[in-house]
Amino acid sequence: RRSGDAEPAKFKPPPKPVIVDRQRQTAERRFLSPEFIPPRGRTNPLKFLIERKDMIQRRKVFNIPEFYVGHILAVTTADPNANGKTSRFVGICIQRGGKGLGATFVLRNVIEDQGVEICYELYNPRIQEITVLKLEKRLDDNLMYLRDALPEYSTFDVNMKPQSYLDSEEVPVNKLQVRMKPKPWSKRWERPKYRIKGIKFELPEEKMKEAQKWNKPWLEFDMMREYDTSKIEEKIWKEVNEELKK
Amino acid sequence: MALVNGRLGLSIAHQSSTVIQRHFSVTGACSAIQKLTRVRVVDNSALGNTPYHRPPKCIHVYNKNGVGKVGDTILLAIKGEKKKALIVGQKMPGPTMTPKFDSNNVVLIEDNGNPTGTRIKTPIPYLLRQKEGKFSKVLAIARNFV
Repeated sequence: RRSGDAEPAKFKPPPKPVIVDRQRQTAERRFLSPEFIPPRGRTNPLKFLIERKDMIQRRKVFNIPEFYVGHILAVTTADPNANGKTSRFVGICIQRGGKGLGATFVLRNVIEDQGVEICYELYNPRIQEITVLKLEKRLDDNLMYLRDALPEYSTFDVNMKPQSYLDSEEVPVNKLQVRMKPKPWSKRWERPKYRIKGIKFELPEEKMKEAQKWNKPWLEFDMMREYDTSKIEEKIWKEVNEELKK
Repeated sequence: MALVNGRLGLSIAHQSSTVIQRHFSVTGACSAIQKLTRVRVVDNSALGNTPYHRPPKCIHVYNKNGVGKVGDTILLAIKGEKKKALIVGQKMPGPTMTPKFDSNNVVLIEDNGNPTGTRIKTPIPYLLRQKEGKFSKVLAIARNFV
């Protein structure tokens, strides 16, 4: 049988597959949780090494997701007094403090016109689950001014569904300018020491100029206060990643 | 004041400015509840919700030290009357994992421990459940728990 000479069709090679190297992409975005970075001081680095070992041990058992200040999280904790033994709280992270095993984060929400804040410890064994409901970085590291802002900026739906995000995308920054309640505030947020960029100050210009009197422009050039963490971060990042992969 | 006079010239020098700002320091209530703290009544009792020209204040704390935390009874002065109340939320931060509220919340109570109101809308910390014996009726009328 000769069926081949009818159509000597040109050989069309199949389309090349597009290889998306996920590993390389995820490695490009490094996130080291801020509580791993040891504070500046003269303590023995052995102490931080031991603490890091314990932190990594806990992370192997329980997944602590990557989150920044401004994310909306849902935390379920074990509570002997709650019915069902677990209690769930949803809120925006306004502050991440502490180093090592005592690292904390404060979640804020307004429920039934009452502002509630809970300070959770990241490595507390009572915490059973941390879910990130919305990924959103804000302009500041510290959103304590939300206490003096209008309550609508701190209200979040308790039954919010978690939004899905790709691993490779950058964390979006929300450039929201928050409107405040009338003064007096718990802290004078207009002063330059707080360096807040996320408030829409509706104060008269004289007040803003008066606040600049407390400006200390020499502080950023102070060499004694410098603490360069880039090399320390890289070392710790490698260490933590290797341990977690085991 | 000097700035204002300089800018607006001599004409206003002898007049007093319309906005007289009298700054008196009000201690930002970041401590637990003690005598003379102004509190917020959160249940729906008539005594707690009718407006009065003076806010309800604590006049005594039933405690060895005069500082009241969540779960302590206090004596309130409301509308010229004395009334016992239970602290359900405080502005002062407590132990970690416990909620901190934006106002000092209080629920009015009778002498035998029965609540005066019938409903509590604001969230109540789970901590109070430990003292079930005394405050079970208050917990029964509470709607939200934190």
